[in-house]
Amino acid sequence: METRIKRMDHEIIYGIVEPGSRVLDLGCGEGDLLYLLAKGKNVKAQGVELDESAIYKCVEKGLSVFHGDIDSGLKDYPDKSFDYVILNQSMQEVKKVDFVIEEALRVGSRVIVGFPNFAYWRARIRLFFKGKTPVTRSLPYRWYNTPNLHFLSISDFKGFCREEGIAIEAEHYLGKRSRVRLLPNLFALNAVFVVTSDSRK
Amino acid sequence: MTNEGSAGIIKTQLFTFAQPPGELKLESGQVLGPITLAYETYGTLNAARDNAILVAHALSGDAHAAGFHEGDKDPGWWDSMIGPGKAFDTNKYFVICSNVIGGCKGSTGPSSVNPKTGKPYALDFPIITISDMVNAQRYLIDHFGIDKLLCVVGGSMGGMQTLQWVASYPERVRSAIPIATALKHSPQQIAFDEVGRQAVMADPDWREGDYYGHGQPEKGLALARMIGHITYMSDQSMEEKFSRRLKEKNYSFKFKTDFEVEGYLKYRGDSFVKRFDANSYLYITKALDYFDLTSDKHKHHGKHQETKFLVIAFKSDWLYPAYQAQEIVRQLKIRHADATYCEIRSTYGHDAFLLETEEQTHLISHFLKKVHKEGH
Repeated sequence: METRIKRMDHEIIYGIVEPGSRVLDLGCGEGDLLYLLAKGKNVKAQGVELDESAIYKCVEKGLSVFHGDIDSGLKDYPDKSFDYVILNQSMQEVKKVDFVIEEALRVGSRVIVGFPNFAYWRARIRLFFKGKTPVTRSLPYRWYNTPNLHFLSISDFKGFCREEGIAIEAEHYLGKRSRVRLLPNLFALNAVFVVTSDSRK
Repeated sequence: MTNEGSAGIIKTQLFTFAQPPGELKLESGQVLGPITLAYETYGTLNAARDNAILVAHALSGDAHAAGFHEGDKDPGWWDSMIGPGKAFDTNKYFVICSNVIGGCKGSTGPSSVNPKTGKPYALDFPIITISDMVNAQRYLIDHFGIDKLLCVVGGSMGGMQTLQWVASYPERVRSAIPIATALKHSPQQIAFDEVGRQAVMADPDWREGDYYGHGQPEKGLALARMIGHITYMSDQSMEEKFSRRLKEKNYSFKFKTDFEVEGYLKYRGDSFVKRFDANSYLYITKALDYFDLTSDKHKHHGKHQETKFLVIAFKSDWLYPAYQAQEIVRQLKIRHADATYCEIRSTYGHDAFLLETEEQTHLISHFLKKVHKEGH
């Protein structure tokens, strides 16, 4: 169930990334996405990951990865060091989201953000009728063991981009098994956005 | 599980070069020659000469990194990492380890005979730097006909040599693995080295370095080594190893060895003076303190760093704390280097690079496989 969702967002990101580009994956986990990109799209891949055992898995796959947290992982990179900076399912665990997104936009020409949609209809129902913290396919944790620091909806993210002058280049909405076209803030479990710094700013 | 044997029975070899008038020019401006390097090799150099790995040793190490010397009970200092099926697999790679100049295990150092006088150099031996050590090693690599080393690796001072190799000969190093090391010594690290040197020099038996033929400044050198050992362990590892255990049943109420930890340090100090030259200790710690790759001449000039890196640090290492490894990573990020960094969870302290075999083997063997593959 969780793996099926992951494959869909990996598929989408795989489709977005140009062959041969330089990619930084923040919170890369065991390197599954980076490995796909390195093998299939011949990217120059770099990961950042906090969990030591995940680092070993990345190295096993032949990936280059830095052991550290996302919040401080970007600051030493010169501007536009990467074609893509990926924050897939890791933005929610970051301490200072606005700072990290700003830095990601400095370091990468494009930033790919993937996150679970808190306003998914089932979550709303559970909160409204049961009065309890929603547990969904994309937010499967209980309130007491969730690693997520932030809970946001698709509308929240779009509003954030508007406020910060961040340009949305592409938006993809994922349901249980396929893409969502209608009312994504209501019907999408996950979202993948491609953003860049607004050139007008 | 792989069939992990030993590198076998090994004999240290000697290579002499820099015969006058072709002496080696040192960073100090002085020259040194002829120079002898003691070295050992494990595995076989392939026809393409592209499977060579240079292992650099730490402060009190030597060329005997793996295998056994005839009649020895204990193997080389990194035998757990070098051998068939091990991290540095001698079935695939040609591993070289040489004793640094300034050392006392076969390479030219203060205890070596000065051909001009027929007596040991003692303090006539010039002050050498990590850069000088690496320049001398380069002659050995040239001697093997190796154009590009597959990898240079080392822990502590060996890590500094690794970084220096990349700084001095970037086109000759395909990959580098600096472990438990730094781009430069902090004042705290310099302070520990200085205390050790002062201990040696305060011993009247040091005789201003002119002690050859009269024994060694044993008390001073043993004391320096005791200080060193404290810095190589962690608070936690010392608690686990010794706690407050006494040698006898009760306190002696005298100034003798009451605690097990005291006995251990004394034993370590006493055995060290049997195998290490006091002047070498001075020269090598000086080289450690002079090492600085953050100085102006190493400033980034926009060039990409082609050498691939695996940077390793250990959590409980307070002598070479992880922030220093992160500083290395910072420089690599600026240079767009292809690099991996891992801070291994360990309680051993600085000694961990000699002891944490499993995690290091996992990281290193996969890293080398990747580098080796990309070259073909």
